[in-house]
Amino acid sequence: MRETLTRLRYRLVPDHVLGEILAKNWIDNAIPFVILVLTLAVFGVLIPGLLTLGGLSGLAPQFGELLLVVLGMTIVMLGGGIDLSVGSVFALANFVTLALFNMLGWPILLVIPIALACGAAVGLVNGILVGYLRLRAFLTTLVTLIIVRSVVDMLILAYAVKVARPVTRSAIWDFISFKHVLGLPVSLVAALVVAIAGHVFLTRLRPGWHILAVGGSRRSAYNAGLPVRRTIAMTYVVSGTLAAAAGIFYASRLNAAGSDTGFGMEVLALTAAVVGGNSLGGGRGSVFKALLGSIIVLIVSNSLIRLSLPTGGSSLVLGLVLLAAVAIDVKWLKNRGKVLSRVYVSPTYMKLGASPATGEHSGSPYALNDRLRDVELIGLGEIEGPEDPILDAEGNLYSGTRQCDIIRFLAPDHKRKEVFVHIGGHPLGMAFDRNGNLVTCVAGMGVYSIGPDRKATKLSDQTNRSWFSVIDDSRMRLADDLDIAPDGRIFFSEATIRFDMSEWMVDALEARGNGRIICFDPRTSSTRTVISNLRFPNGICMARDGQSFFFAETWGCSISRYWFDGPKRGRREVVIPDLPGYPDNINRASDGGYWLALVGMRTPAFDMALRKPAFRKRMVERVAPDAWLFPNMNYGCVVKFDEAGRITDCLWDRRGTNHPMITSMREDRGWLYLGGVSNNRIGRYRIPGADPEWTAAASYRGDKP
Amino acid sequence: MKPSSTAFAFTQERIVIAITLALLVVFSLTLNSFLTAGNILALIQNVSILGILGVAMALAIIGRGIDLSIVATMAVSVAWVLQLSNNGVPIDLAILMGLGLALAIGLVNGFLVAYVEIPAIFATLAMGTVAYGFVRSLLLDDNLIYLKGASDTWFKWIGSGQVLGVPNAVLLFGLVALVAHAMLRVTVPGRFLYAMGDNPVAARSTGVPIRPLILLQYVTAAAIAFIAGVIAATSVDSVETRVARSNLVYDIILVVVIGGVGLSGGKGSIRNVIVGTLMIGVLVNGMTIMNVPYTLQNIIKSLILLAAIVVDSIVNPRDEQTSQQGDI
Repeated sequence: MRETLTRLRYRLVPDHVLGEILAKNWIDNAIPFVILVLTLAVFGVLIPGLLTLGGLSGLAPQFGELLLVVLGMTIVMLGGGIDLSVGSVFALANFVTLALFNMLGWPILLVIPIALACGAAVGLVNGILVGYLRLRAFLTTLVTLIIVRSVVDMLILAYAVKVARPVTRSAIWDFISFKHVLGLPVSLVAALVVAIAGHVFLTRLRPGWHILAVGGSRRSAYNAGLPVRRTIAMTYVVSGTLAAAAGIFYASRLNAAGSDTGFGMEVLALTAAVVGGNSLGGGRGSVFKALLGSIIVLIVSNSLIRLSLPTGGSSLVLGLVLLAAVAIDVKWLKNRGKVLSRVYVSPTYMKLGASPATGEHSGSPYALNDRLRDVELIGLGEIEGPEDPILDAEGNLYSGTRQCDIIRFLAPDHKRKEVFVHIGGHPLGMAFDRNGNLVTCVAGMGVYSIGPDRKATKLSDQTNRSWFSVIDDSRMRLADDLDIAPDGRIFFSEATIRFDMSEWMVDALEARGNGRIICFDPRTSSTRTVISNLRFPNGICMARDGQSFFFAETWGCSISRYWFDGPKRGRREVVIPDLPGYPDNINRASDGGYWLALVGMRTPAFDMALRKPAFRKRMVERVAPDAWLFPNMNYGCVVKFDEAGRITDCLWDRRGTNHPMITSMREDRGWLYLGGVSNNRIGRYRIPGADPEWTAAASYRGDKP
Repeated sequence: MKPSSTAFAFTQERIVIAITLALLVVFSLTLNSFLTAGNILALIQNVSILGILGVAMALAIIGRGIDLSIVATMAVSVAWVLQLSNNGVPIDLAILMGLGLALAIGLVNGFLVAYVEIPAIFATLAMGTVAYGFVRSLLLDDNLIYLKGASDTWFKWIGSGQVLGVPNAVLLFGLVALVAHAMLRVTVPGRFLYAMGDNPVAARSTGVPIRPLILLQYVTAAAIAFIAGVIAATSVDSVETRVARSNLVYDIILVVVIGGVGLSGGKGSIRNVIVGTLMIGVLVNGMTIMNVPYTLQNIIKSLILLAAIVVDSIVNPRDEQTSQQGDI
């Protein structure tokens, strides 16, 4: 009864979603968003009419100007800098626009580019100083702030009255000044267009990625060969130009130049950028955060003016809001990872069937023996992590390694070895296709094909995204084993979508169906998920009918068969429901059966833990990972089963010295080659009475059973 | 600073000293009234407040921080002292309360930087606004507070008196500089401050109590700012609180950085502050005698600062391998 309740509770409540949401990048926006809602709530109550259309549209022109400046500041901050000169550039552009247009009567289509160029020029100076000469951004832009401000003050002193009297009129200028587009002032429309362009630039284009990379780690970006100096210099040019654009809109709105124009703008913009959640020091942030921060700052600062607090009161409130927002942001960023690591692993209920006996004299088909005692060893100490060795037509032995190579041991004695290809990820399952290409699943990368000329080509690294998955499951995290159907389609397993290769064992603690089987069709180059919600799907092997395959679910301790063609198409049947251990790869045997590696053996303690998800959750939260209860992965065996699922053979290494952990085995010309993902050797076992002519390739061609 | 070698090393400090001497020579030759005892004394007196604030700022910067609230702290704490004394509070009690206020602001600064882990630039910038807003809206009657209640006591003498013909402001600058220098060179917290500024992570790993040290750093800076405020208020008989929102804090950074205190922390000493103060003093004095407008003076000062840091970056180059992440 109680167990039924537990089962229902874990089936119905999707605990894992919390961790997946916390792992999302956009969750960083949660804090500024809450601050925005709070701001609106507080000031909406304090100031009647603030949240009405009239109240908000009064702020709209100012908002456009502020947003432009904040966008510039954000881009500079993303690149790891800071631009304090924006307020002065704003004032400069305002003055230049008015002087050229009102005083000198130049055409507005000439004035605007000149004013923008002024801003870009100041930005370029900043950029050269900070980017190329590598001065400190804070100090350098502080200096340009003072210099430009002083220049503007001097100019205003001389020409303040003249610039405020227009000598010409211009339809374009009037449009910018007074007209609305879709009910929004031109400045705001322009700012929103820039914001969208900025978003696309930062998230989709190479120069935008360079900015984030430089801000995230200047040294790494430099070592990776990015143009660090040019990228940084460019951020300041962008910032200067945007501040100038804001100044032009300000000029069109107020038509006046005073010494307080843009004064303190840099602090306001910095506040907006930081309150929005863009981190000082670079690398983290987005246009959306800049937008949120601008809205918050604008509403707070304007509401404070309208509340008519005693002198200094608005400074007090603004400062406190600012400090609170930044404090929350800082703590959030710091602790998000800790919270995530606590809640990410979310165990669920699973009840396995009774485990078959394995005792030496139990009469069980799994009975213990010592037949792997005297295996020959290949490449002892020379390779690490041969997950799934394979042989080609000439008898050369191929194996992936932890160092992300595929190593080839040359026939006939496999004494000499060479690096066949360096692939960049740990190659796991392997298969040869009909043209002699080696197709392999690479952890963290996808499915790759390596031709006899050693040229690696990517076949597939993404599949269709499922609609209701929080995690983006279109990318492949842990492609594991594959086999190739007679028509060339490649079926491969992705063991889990929630964990990477380095923590694959943690998936066992969840016991949820996190894995899936995916099909790559070379005829259309399309990839589709075939079966999802499998408990660590692992080995895949084509059945001899050419219409179905066997697959192993490691944490499910079962072997199933799936028909992808023929009359039973789409059917799925469990062939072996309860294994005494955790199944890994499956490969064909010469007698018409299938070899199956048991990578580890079940233990009563872990079987029981699987029925107690709350216990595993407590363990993950409170105990160090080193002390977690994991499934036993230190001792396994090789079994052989026939199409009906009967166990027909069993090979053990009783002492556990040569092959304590076996992830795969291949039969070839009378020998059985043994691999293990944590081993430093490949084993070779002479199968008594096996057909010495049998190869997997012959079997797949149909020449042999 | 560069490792010392037998050859003459172009450190920023030496460059600045050379420029100062050159300016002295040029001004002495071209300006009639420059090289008189009265003018030199006036020159030092004018910059001594800037110098004291520079010492406070240097402490913050050497420990890899920065204190942008220093001017606000100075203005509001001393304005409150004058306000209290005008309201009839005895001057010594008023001073204690004002000092308490300044220390409290410093403590909050330190807390925000050390424990909340807000970047120093940002925490102190916001704290300056908060401190100004808090004191101005709740504790003061006006922006400009005059020294009325205690105008004939010893308090007035602090900023306006003289000892042996030397203005007190100059003496106090010297005293503050000496004490700060001794603290940095001799005491354990002073040495730790350098260690922390040089490499906070390494300092923490070796057992330096980083967080209490940051508290101490900002509290000390606030206390020194209070001293500067008292001198400033008693020399002109008033405090203008709106100075908190002026560019003065940038002048202080200018003084500190131009003398050669590295903004990345762990580099420089009080001597650098004095050198920077003298140079700015000579420059401003000369320009004032020449009737250079204030805005142009700002431009010239800024260009000199820019030149100084450009030269520094050429002489002591940083590149992508050596610069510190998140260093703005």
